[in-house]
Amino acid sequence: MNEFTVDDLTTILRECAGEDDESALDGDILDVEFGSLGYDSIAMMETAGRIKIDYGVVLADDVVLSAGTPRELVRLVNLTMVESS
Amino acid sequence: MSAVVVTGMGVVAPTGLGARRHWENTLAGRTAIGRITAFDPAGYSSRLAGEIRDFVPGEHLPGRLLPQTDHMTRLSLVAADWALEEAAVDQAALPEFGMGVVTASSAGGFEFGHRELEKLWSRGPEHVSAYQSFAWFYAVNTGQIAIRHGMRGPNGVLVTEQAGGLDAVAQARRQVRGGTPVMVSGAVDGSPCPWGWVAQLSGGGISRSEDPDRAFLPFDVQAAGYVPGDGGALFVLETEQGARARGVRSRYGEIAGYAATFDPPPRSERPSTLRRAIELALEDAGLEPSRIDVVFADGAGVPERDRVEAEALLSVFGPYGVSVTVPKTMTGRLSAGGAALDLATALLTLRHGEIPPTVNVTSPVPDYQLDLVTQPRRRPVSAALVVARGHGGFNAAMVVTR
Repeated sequence: MNEFTVDDLTTILRECAGEDDESALDGDILDVEFGSLGYDSIAMMETAGRIKIDYGVVLADDVVLSAGTPRELVRLVNLTMVESS
Repeated sequence: MSAVVVTGMGVVAPTGLGARRHWENTLAGRTAIGRITAFDPAGYSSRLAGEIRDFVPGEHLPGRLLPQTDHMTRLSLVAADWALEEAAVDQAALPEFGMGVVTASSAGGFEFGHRELEKLWSRGPEHVSAYQSFAWFYAVNTGQIAIRHGMRGPNGVLVTEQAGGLDAVAQARRQVRGGTPVMVSGAVDGSPCPWGWVAQLSGGGISRSEDPDRAFLPFDVQAAGYVPGDGGALFVLETEQGARARGVRSRYGEIAGYAATFDPPPRSERPSTLRRAIELALEDAGLEPSRIDVVFADGAGVPERDRVEAEALLSVFGPYGVSVTVPKTMTGRLSAGGAALDLATALLTLRHGEIPPTVNVTSPVPDYQLDLVTQPRRRPVSAALVVARGHGGFNAAMVVTR
């Protein structure tokens, strides 16, 4: 399977947890905390659910919640993808 | 005890978004009841509702809130925004726990739940939104309003079906009297989805008429059920002194009296306690019945319940003793939101000195001896009584004064 990118993540965030305005997730958000982007723990659970459905990657709840930034979450998804392939 | 007044109002109703539009349409007697558009009602025994059709959530709310909110929660958030905006509350000037929210709900976020149940059974549990955990919940409107405005004071929800709108405002009045400077209260409700519809139908009493002008006829000889709808109103409550101290010049009125009673179980020999609720509310307001200028009746539209309400009004006010109106003949019954919308309409009546009409009722039951307002009446109104009855035995009565 292809690598999971930050663009894939922002698409999912937009679709399943919403976005305050059209450009909030544009630009360099890799190292911005999810909290600062406006995404709380339930938004992260929702995001993890969509990652599982779309990419078949199962992340444990505590793992998802431990990812503080998009860069970290993208890394965890790719790591899990490699481990399970 | 200090007077608790309404300094802000947010109306979201089938008759209009915003208090002004709602008032104009209500006064003009424009009904908002029509065939259901939220889903195809063809396969159901009842097909009419009072729907809010011109609400575009994205025009009023940030995108982040949309995936996590039910229809009635979105409407609630907008109503709260409008009420707070009108009251011009300066949150920075209030203590950390100085603002609270009490709303009423009858079923929670049914439409949201309907969609998630559909995903559960058609696609599997992993497709169910994590937001279902709270989006369905009775208290969700209170919670979302509190979070949006940082209102960390006393928060709660009341679930007393159609009586809820009044019960919530009464609870908020208690909190204001108890020292919370500002409370947001009222109710916005509605379940415009097949699941919600089936739940409503199972309760009985819903009109099967296909004619929007003949479906909901409270107190009429042809009364044969009611029409459900969605919407309601939220208010900002504070003490009169508090409002004056922060420079508020205009207010809608005072929540002057309130009482709630509970009816005996079905098939009991004992009579309804509705009369007692009305009498206690008047007593709480310190007003004789003759001081009430208009009654906003519950108007069940079901003959047996109409009779109970008419008898209560007759015994308190005497034959044709007070103007009685049922503007919800234009919206249908909005579950918890219904009495809140009536309260809004009552406050607007105090402000404008014009009593809005009951539409479509052409043949009131003569025995009821009600002075039913079927054309708008222009006259000074200084006190109004709102009556609400909830399925399951809930009675509530509230007096508002100018």
